[in-house]
Amino acid sequence: MNEPSDRVSDDELHALVDGQLDAGRVPSVLAWLQANPDDAARVVQWQAQRLQLRQIARAMDVGDSPQALAGVVLRAAGAVRRRQTWQQAVAAVLLVAVGVTGGWFWGQRESSPASPAMAASPSFVREAVLAHAVFVPEKRHPVEVAASDEAHLVQWLSRRLGSPLKVPSLADHGYRLLGGRLLPGDGAPRAQFMYENEQGVRVTLFVAVFGPGQAPAQTSFRSMRDGARESFYWVEDRFGYALSAESSSADIQALARHVYAQLAR
Amino acid sequence: MGVEQTLGHIPALRRYARLLTGDATRADDLVQDTLERACVKWSLWKPGSALCSWLLTLMHNLYVNQQRDWRHDDGHAELDDAPEPTHEPLSQAGERMELMQALAALPPPMREVLLLVTVEEYTYAEAAKILDVPVGTVMSRLHRARERLRELMIDPAQATRTAPLQLVKR
Repeated sequence: MNEPSDRVSDDELHALVDGQLDAGRVPSVLAWLQANPDDAARVVQWQAQRLQLRQIARAMDVGDSPQALAGVVLRAAGAVRRRQTWQQAVAAVLLVAVGVTGGWFWGQRESSPASPAMAASPSFVREAVLAHAVFVPEKRHPVEVAASDEAHLVQWLSRRLGSPLKVPSLADHGYRLLGGRLLPGDGAPRAQFMYENEQGVRVTLFVAVFGPGQAPAQTSFRSMRDGARESFYWVEDRFGYALSAESSSADIQALARHVYAQLAR
Repeated sequence: MGVEQTLGHIPALRRYARLLTGDATRADDLVQDTLERACVKWSLWKPGSALCSWLLTLMHNLYVNQQRDWRHDDGHAELDDAPEPTHEPLSQAGERMELMQALAALPPPMREVLLLVTVEEYTYAEAAKILDVPVGTVMSRLHRARERLRELMIDPAQATRTAPLQLVKR
């Protein structure tokens, strides 16, 4: 006969199943189950449900996330940035005006002398960094349109961005084009091209086409490092480019030079 | 970091939403609504608190509103759609489908509690907070969910019997 104080509640049985029972109560609950086979049977079945559900959840293949989902956040992040200035939002980002610190930059335009005041990169660079972070780890769908269909890829993205695009080749540096995708930008669509080398290291080139009068003023070559990731970016005419990779500055710089040279032609 | 922090939670949200709605399209719609809500309400999130449970709270509210909009059956008999077949290997599909069907046959409030507690491993108190109900309610829903699943797994035909078939019975 069980004393009323020994009575184990259903709540405690659930807590046992879910690992949420106070350790001090475990012996009493187990003793109760030994004495009450019906409850023991229920608990065993609940436990089986729990394990099976967890197994289903683990094994469930929901596929890669539709870009529309990340797009919701990326768009909003852009809006927030416009309100707050993004230096505040991303305090840890180290900005380097390469024209000043690296001792090199090309194509400096008379219209926009490099100055410390311009340390804040344009919003498209921020978009580029986020898009890089989101899509580079994608295993199954890193790109929307594969490089095997390069002509279509270029035509499609050119049409969507409203200006003919060029896709530079990075083959000289051991990177092959994987393909590209269309992304939401700050009021306009953007293009991202992704490259990969033999070791599986990926590099992205983000392209923004600005409307008349909307291009950021600065045009000199700059870089922005965010942890292991670095983006080199520049603005030329109505085009903004950002080349991002997890690599040494020297490597990315060399790649960026290469891209710049091809696009400038 | 701002609202971008939610990006890392998208896969988990999608998985949860898929189990919750039993439907891939509805799940992603729900996730999208949740992210939009999160962007709008971002200033209300307290940095340092668990972002995922905050997102699940938003998702719960949206989900409840959807239920309210879509059906007016005061929650006792959930005429949910059967889950869409997933792209799983056939060998494992059978047993899973059975449990998925049973899960889909649960009234949404029970399903939510069950998923939060078992799959997402929230404590009862955390689940109560996400759902904005007392812990006692979480416990009673959990109990009913598990007992109902038990019945459904013993007699899987029940799961389909609670579905629209009932409507055509004479």
